[in-house]
Formats: sequence, C-alpha cells, structure tokens
Amino acid sequence: MVKIHERKFVSADPDKCVGCQVCEYICAWTKEKAFNPLKARIRVVRLNPLVNISITCRLCEDPPCVAACPRDALTQSEENGTILVDEDKCNGCGWCIEACDYGAISLHPDKKVVFVCDLCKDKPDGPQCVKWCPEEALDLVTADVLAQKARITATKKLFQEALKVAPTT
Amino acid sequence: MYGYAGRILHVDLTTGKTRAEPLNEDYARKYIGGIGLGMRLWLDYSKAGVDPFSPENPLVLTTGPTSGTVWPTGGNGHAFVAKSPQSYGISEAKSHGSFGTELKRAGYDGVIFHGRAEKPVYVWVDDDSVQILDASHLWGKPPAETEDIIREELGDYYIRVAAIGPAGEKLVRIACIINDKSRAAGRCGLGAVMGSKNLKAIAVRGTKDVTVAKPDEFLEFVKEFHERMKGPATKKYRTLGTPENVLVHNALHCMPTRNYNNAHFEGAEKVSGEYLNARYVAKIIGCSSCAMRCEHICVVNEGPYKGAMARVEYEPLWAMGPYCGIDRLDAIIKGCELCNYYGIDSISAGVIVGFAMDCFENGILTAKDMDGIEARFGNHEAMVKLIEKIGKREGIGDILAEGVKVAAEKIGKGAEKLAQHIKGVEVTGYDLRCLKTAALGFAVSFRGADHNRHGAYAFDVKGKFNRLKYEKGRAKYVKDLEDVYTIIDSLIICKFSRGTYYKEFEDLAKVYTLVTGWETTPEEMRLKGERINNLARVINVREGLSRKDDTLPWKVMNVPIPDEGPSKGAYVTKEELDLMLDDYYEVRGWTKEGIPTPEKLKQLGMDELIPIVEAKIKKT
Repeated sequence: MVKIHERKFVSADPDKCVGCQVCEYICAWTKEKAFNPLKARIRVVRLNPLVNISITCRLCEDPPCVAACPRDALTQSEENGTILVDEDKCNGCGWCIEACDYGAISLHPDKKVVFVCDLCKDKPDGPQCVKWCPEEALDLVTADVLAQKARITATKKLFQEALKVAPTT
Repeated sequence: MYGYAGRILHVDLTTGKTRAEPLNEDYARKYIGGIGLGMRLWLDYSKAGVDPFSPENPLVLTTGPTSGTVWPTGGNGHAFVAKSPQSYGISEAKSHGSFGTELKRAGYDGVIFHGRAEKPVYVWVDDDSVQILDASHLWGKPPAETEDIIREELGDYYIRVAAIGPAGEKLVRIACIINDKSRAAGRCGLGAVMGSKNLKAIAVRGTKDVTVAKPDEFLEFVKEFHERMKGPATKKYRTLGTPENVLVHNALHCMPTRNYNNAHFEGAEKVSGEYLNARYVAKIIGCSSCAMRCEHICVVNEGPYKGAMARVEYEPLWAMGPYCGIDRLDAIIKGCELCNYYGIDSISAGVIVGFAMDCFENGILTAKDMDGIEARFGNHEAMVKLIEKIGKREGIGDILAEGVKVAAEKIGKGAEKLAQHIKGVEVTGYDLRCLKTAALGFAVSFRGADHNRHGAYAFDVKGKFNRLKYEKGRAKYVKDLEDVYTIIDSLIICKFSRGTYYKEFEDLAKVYTLVTGWETTPEEMRLKGERINNLARVINVREGLSRKDDTLPWKVMNVPIPDEGPSKGAYVTKEELDLMLDDYYEVRGWTKEGIPTPEKLKQLGMDELIPIVEAKIKKT
C-alpha cells in the first residue's frame, strides 16, 4: 500500500478558488463525454459570494467509505490510494456517501452506482481538473506539501512588512 | 440537434397547464437563442399594443446555444424578454451565474410564461416534471432568502433559482429578476412583469447531459480562449474591474454628475476603482464556466454601513455616487445591497435618486413631499433612504418607483426637464452631450437608454472619433457594433469577454459552428446579428414606436456642459440628432421614420414580418 505521506490527491486552495465550475465540466467531459456537473467527481460549493471551494476525494487513510460498504464493493488502491468501486457489487445503497465527511463520493445519476475521483488514471498528464483550472487553484499534492504551503502562506502574512523590504523571490 | 435542447416549455399561469413543444429549428437558425429567439417567440405569442402588466404580455425566458457547455462565460447565461413597463417597447435583460446552465440541462431552450396566476406562485422545473407551487409564504421576501427557502423545501441545495423581490411584487417599474442570490437581469423592469403575473420565482433542476457537435475542436477552442482571457483583453475586468471607468470618464469630463448638472465630479478619487479595490474588495469571484472572473465582491467593515456586502460595478457605483453627488463608497455598497434586497435595477435606482435630489434642489419637491428627507445632492443617508422607499413603494417612493419619466409626469412643475431617460428607461454613466457616437447608439437602442446595446462609447472615449462633433458616416460603426452585440446576447456570452473575440464575426461564427454543427460563415453570422436588430425594431414599430422616440434626454439637448475643461459647452442640437438618425436609418436600410423596409426584411429572410411594417409605412 502506498504510504499516506506519498499519497497525492486533488486539493483546492480556498484563497484562489472562485467557484467557476470549470473543474466540474472538464471532469464530467473527461469521464463521461457530457457537460453535466452531476457526473463530475469534483463538486463546487458556494455558500455565499465569498465562500467558494471545489471538493473531491482526499484519499483518506483507513477510508470510512470502504469500511461502511456492507457489500465490500469499495477498496482502496494499493498503488495510489484511490477508492475503487466494483460496479457489479455496488447497489447504490449510499452508506459510503454518508460515511464520507467531504461529500466526495456520489451516486451516479444514470448508472445507480457510486463514483469517485480516480485521479484520471487513464490520462498520462494526470487529473484534468488540475490542468484546466483557470485560477490554478487546484493542485495534485500530498498532505505534507499542503502543510508546507500553509506554513509558507502563514509566514508570509506574519512578515508582510519584512517581505516588502526583502522579497523572497 | 446540438447546442439546443430542442424544446420550449409553455407555462400558462392562468389555467395552470404546462406543455413542452419542439423548438422551431428555423427560428433557432435565424435568431440563434437568447434575446434573438426570445424576441421572436414573444412576437408570436403577443398582440399589438398589449399592456406590459396585462396577462397577455408573455414573459419569455431563454438560454443560448452555448448555455450548459464549458464555453468561457457562455455556459452560464440566460435572458428574459417581454414588453417593458418603462419603454412600452420590446425589452430584454440577461444575467449570468448558474441558472441558465441548469435550465439547459433540464432540457429547455426557453420557457414562456403566459397569463397570470390567481395568487402568488413559483414554478418548479425538475427536468420533465413542471409544477406550479404556492408562493404565499415567499411573498415579500428578498430574492436571496426566497432561494434559500425554496432549496430547503424542495430538498436540494443545488437547485438554481431566479426570483423577484418585494419591488417586483409591487410592480416597481425598475424591478429586476435576480438569480444565484445576487445576479440580476436588471434593466427595463422585467421583474415587474414577472410580479404582474404573481410569479415569485422559477426554480430549476436539470440532470441531462449537454454535448456539442464537434467536441475535440470545441475544447481546443475553449483552451485557446482560456489563454486569451488571461491576456490584455480582459485585464480591466480581472484587476480594478469596471469601476476603473470612474477616473477615465472624469478626466474626459464625460461622467454625468448630479443629475447631468455637471460632467465632472470633484469627489471622483474617493469613489474610484482604485479606492474601491484598496479598501472594500474582499474577493473577486467568477460565474459558472468562466475563465476570467470579474465579480468584485465588496464588504464594508466599519461605520454606519458596516456589514454591507455587494458586487459593485461602474454603472451602479456611478449612479448612486457621482450622479447623486455622493463620494462615499460605503453608502454606495449599501445602496447596491439594498437594490439586491428589494430586487431593483441598481442603475435606474441611482438615476431616480439623482432626479429626486435635483427636484429637491430646484424646489420642485420639498422635504415635506419627501417624507422629511433633506434630499440634497451629496446626502448619502437620503440616497439610502430613498432606495428603500422605492423598493417598498412607500411615501415618495411610490411615485419614484414609476421611474423618472412617469414620476416626472406625476410631479409636474417642470420635473420633466430633470428626468434623464430615453424611451422611459433611465440613462447610464456616459455623458451623451460630449460622447456623440455614443449618443447615436443610445438614441436608437431598442430597449431605451443603454450602453450595452452597442458599446459605441468606446469610439469616443478611446479617441477614434472626435467625440464632440457628430460626423456623417459613423452610423455604420454603430450598426456593426449593434450587430455584434445582438449576437453576443443571443449566443449568450458575456460582454466583458467581447475583447477576446479577436476576429469578431469569424470567432463568433466558429463557436456557433462547433457547438451546433451548422456550418456558419462570418458573413452569415453578421446577418444573424443584423436580423435580430431588425426584429427588435419591427416589434417596436408594431408597438407604435418610431423616429420620435429615438431621441435624447432633455438636458442632453438643452443644457451645455458647464464645467471648465475638455467638454465645456458640449450638447446635442436637434439638427445634430437629425443628422445622426438620417445617417443611421440610411445605413440600416430603413425609412426616414426609422421603419425597416419590406426589401430589407426580404433580404434578411423575414418575409412573414413584412405586413407589420407595410401597415405603418402606408400611414406615414
């Protein structure tokens, strides 16, 4: 099993994400050849004009969706940590949907089985949402890198004045 | 059929019956979608001379061929069309956000609301299922709250809603229709038409796929436009936003100030885009499928208007700021928020307040007439109070809610001269006395005073033409721009993205071809734009509008700009207006009275509309 520190997932920077839904459109087109956000593996939430973010599977350690499935239809990939759905076993009962804290797994509108981000495993250049995001708000990252980025952002905020005198780049 | 859902939904609010009919493909090919298709459908389902508030004035809602796709800015648009309670001619208003995409996925190119419900209702379009539901519990509520309640009671937080506020219910003539809580189909009072039908809101859920005819080439073109949108053509919208205009217009002395008493505002710095961005812009967000992001969300963090939040663009900022002599952005943001709350057009709202202040300064309205409000220019508290009163139709607000034209008629005492409107629709932030190419565009705009039917101000502001003097030959440029603009509003793409269509008709034709699969040349595309402008004119001719209505506000033609500076002394004479109109009608192939000729309509493939113009041409 790939170690949690090496597991990369798609994450949106809340400061950069503007809620434009391009990721939804591109995801649904890549996976299903349709412009239909309901078929996207990444979904946008806008609570008010200032609160926007797109959310997809974060490849948890000991994923609760896998544990919740009564039919053993879900497994976690040994190779990259994505959630694999056995469509023959899944009956769309929705236990995994309830178990996921992020709403990252959904019931497919046509097929009546659940579906979730697979990091565009068929695409040599990786997740298409990351490639297309006009704001460069999406990134394929590990949890460690996310922490590093958060620390750097916090430090920059703390040292705003000093950075004006001596920019880091 | 690609680019179209292939169906038009009819909702009869009087009988409660609904039915879906196939989209007329000939209409789709000729009038594209959006405002073009909407106006053509409106014509089919209305009688000449219909009162805007009559149940017989259908309210048409349309999407465009790009709606529901990932076309940058195009995926998300929708348009409303009906006869306007301001201009008494055809009117349209578009909005973006996420509502249009949902309607397309529900499987409709348009919805036509006929009749009038007996009591307040909202229409719930859930793919093929359409229900008319009780809205008595929503009556009186602002659009944002209406949206929240509907989502809650229908049990889906991704439902998209377009709603009117309290103003639309009370037939305030500048009422708008708001979707996604803060996006408005703003101008011409279509929210009041919706209110006259007792239709509080339209809620939509669409689960169907949208595809395009040539997906690979389409996505390649999308990618190219994403790149173009990162370039210079959209820089203004991504950085300072349209409020950048404040200092530009002020420097040229072409910013109507204090209800057209001046063309230059001494307090401009404090209401500039620079000032706004430095102090109030909290985040810049984007619509569904857009790659440029322009929505400058502003928040007030201190003072009497603490907590106010609204998106602010140049036009409302100008209307509630310089046009009222007000130099406080916190009050302007509050004013914008109130317009969203009551559901009124924020441009017209500001212009009406400016008019009321001018009436007060001239003694035409007293503090007693105005419920005790000392409505001097520059009084920000008065501005905020008057907007509330308009939204509620309370006290003086009941008269002002009629718009400046009708309000001036009711007030009398010479107030008509202070009412700055064209065809009953309030002016926008360009001083037409010194922007004479724009003046022509405004005078002939089919939906009344408006910069968004032509964009001809660009020639004046950017110095392509001598803005202080009209010269024969410019009408051709105005016409070409009008034709581009009707295409933009029919595909429905965003006008802020127009600069990214480097090759104009060629790029527009390419998008249309890739989406629909109907091979279309740039010239054919241009013809569609021309056809839609002629259609609008034919409808206005049927409704009794003519050359006499293609005019300019009283002050534009009677009060020269007084300010020392680059525009001093400028105004438009009757002779100059006649020169403009003659030039324009000739380029359009219309009669001296501004009526499209049968030959022109024949050339554009609009033979069935010839009887309408023939009847009028015989009379004149």
